[in-house]
Amino acid sequence: MTGADAIIKSLQKEGVEYVFGYPGVAICPFYNSILGSGIRTVLVRQEQNAAHEASGYARISGKVGVAVVTSGPGATNLITGIATAFADSIPLVCITGQVESTIMGSDGFQEADISGACESFVKYSYIVRNPQDIPRIVKEAFHIASTGRKGPVLIDIPHDVQMARIERFDYPETVNLRTYKPTVEGHAVQIRKVKQELKRCKRPLVCAGGGVHLSGACEGIRTFIEKYNIPIVTTMMGLGAVPTDHPLCFGMVGNNGRPYGNRAMKEADMVIMVGARVADRSIREPDLVMEDTVLAHIDVDPAEIGKNAGPTIPLVGDIEHIFREFNREDLQEDFSDWANTLAGYREDFYARLAEEKAEQTEKAGMIHPADFVRMLSRSMEDDAVYVADVGQNQLWSCQNVIMREGRFLTSGGMGTMGYAVPAALGAKLAAPDRQVVAVCGDGGFQMNMMELATICQYEVPVKIAVLRNNTLGLVRQHQHFAYKDRYSMVDLTGSPNLEKIAEAYSIPYLHIGRASEAEAVIGEFLAGDRTVLLEVEIDPDATV
Amino acid sequence: MADQNRVFQILVENNSGVLSRISGLFARRGYNIESITAGVTADPRVTRITVVTTGDSDIIEQIEKQVSKLVDVIDIHELKPEESVYRELAMIKVRATADQRQNVIALANIFRGSIIDVSPESLMIEVTGGTSKIDAFLGLLSGYEILELARTGVAGLGRGTRNVIYLD
Repeated sequence: MTGADAIIKSLQKEGVEYVFGYPGVAICPFYNSILGSGIRTVLVRQEQNAAHEASGYARISGKVGVAVVTSGPGATNLITGIATAFADSIPLVCITGQVESTIMGSDGFQEADISGACESFVKYSYIVRNPQDIPRIVKEAFHIASTGRKGPVLIDIPHDVQMARIERFDYPETVNLRTYKPTVEGHAVQIRKVKQELKRCKRPLVCAGGGVHLSGACEGIRTFIEKYNIPIVTTMMGLGAVPTDHPLCFGMVGNNGRPYGNRAMKEADMVIMVGARVADRSIREPDLVMEDTVLAHIDVDPAEIGKNAGPTIPLVGDIEHIFREFNREDLQEDFSDWANTLAGYREDFYARLAEEKAEQTEKAGMIHPADFVRMLSRSMEDDAVYVADVGQNQLWSCQNVIMREGRFLTSGGMGTMGYAVPAALGAKLAAPDRQVVAVCGDGGFQMNMMELATICQYEVPVKIAVLRNNTLGLVRQHQHFAYKDRYSMVDLTGSPNLEKIAEAYSIPYLHIGRASEAEAVIGEFLAGDRTVLLEVEIDPDATV
Repeated sequence: MADQNRVFQILVENNSGVLSRISGLFARRGYNIESITAGVTADPRVTRITVVTTGDSDIIEQIEKQVSKLVDVIDIHELKPEESVYRELAMIKVRATADQRQNVIALANIFRGSIIDVSPESLMIEVTGGTSKIDAFLGLLSGYEILELARTGVAGLGRGTRNVIYLD
């Protein structure tokens, strides 16, 4: 048995279904050993997409995503994908080939110090020197990636280590890492304190972040808020924690959120922050918001608590676990009055919005992107996966998407353009029976458009909608407001004809030019389990 | 209140690249490093790192949490001055002609320094002590020309047996 065989066998032991990757000489032993292993391979068209596809796969399957690429440029191309996963705490194991260990450090052909380069955005990294260590390292890597605060782990394996013979293969049953023991159970005293504060407060609010999905806590949180009629808001990463049309759901907070959600944050006298980092885009001035508020901050990562806002009650542990504890007993509390007040704010907002939009949508008869997102998501299947790219399309999406039992995926932390198409591909492979729709702008789409080939090669029926305004809309919007219409580097003239692109890949193409045709075309777009490219013309002056 | 020097003791698995992981974390999160020293403990699998840093209490708390999060880290805790002993070693090469030599040696003796090299034009002195003692000694040498200076940075241990970390 070779080192490469040992990696494959270890991946089998971990139950890996898919490997997303791109070969090169330094990783050829691995891709030789994988033949006949039963693990399915997906050949991406650029390494960054391997990490994004693994990310989409991980987020929908709840398992660890695996990306395997070659040394040097293969490895460095992967970096953006790794950093994207790290920012959103997505569990990945990334394996990179490396030059011969005798050459390492001498600037050999296609040599890059990938573990050094990735240091600040992996949870941990390994350079394998001894092939005998492979089973232990793979076991540890999957354990580290998928426990505590999840994240990417890198394994760099020199070519000769993959080729080396090993005597025996014993896959460890357990990991033995004395330094790594994430807290799972919340501290009983702290849990009791949260309950006590809940009894004392008048206007509690749950703010759910991405950690809620990572921990599988949506059900527990829903039970909790419904018991006492506690309103809930989410961050961008927390979207879909409860259905968006749930009466207690007050949308997304932050500088791209809804005013009624932000108002809820301001007026609450107790905020239960769950699996959220209190990052700059969600809570612009944490101290200001929290001044007179009791803040209970629940996160599996102790370092997040107190990083951006000083909590009154820090509570470290797995969210799912903690809410199970919360739900164990019934308190005699009901906050419907407060929820009704917030519902009033929400109604006022939509009444105002309808007036404003009536003016905007007139222009050229084009569909307003917000309407498109609502129409599209309303027509999607209940458990569909909506993958938003980055830019205006992302903000229109997260403000307007209608979610029931589905999932909303996006690159929230890193804001990586081009995430949507590959992530949708990975998501669809994880859940072939669910409808998966990617929504991008024409900028982001062109960043990873080459992945259409992978979609065709493996016949992965994802639906792709491109909002076309021939400009980098969010930057343009920023230049409109902050630079008084001095537009620089945002004109996308030269972009290809998307109908011909679709034709070149033999993908069906649909087009929405006027608002009046949207309903019918969206119906056709969503019909059947097939790949479709939908181009939606929108007004370049539309702002989020 | 001005930020004061704080001393952390970090015990880590003696894995390759561990020192760069620690120092890299300090660098990218903008934590100051006044000095950093590292060496193996009685258990060769474990390295003890002593870091002297500055920051307000929020930053100090973040340093503890972020360092704890690194997979290689077994333990981090602050070595508080009242509960700990710090030492630093300095080697100082001073230009000293034959007639200056006795004066320099006398100063070194006051600080329990030892002369570890002599040449016709220079003396090398070894001094051990807390940072302030070494600073004071260097102050006294200000009338002389210091040719070369090597300071090790602070190493420290907690007093007594109360805070000993027992490893399995």
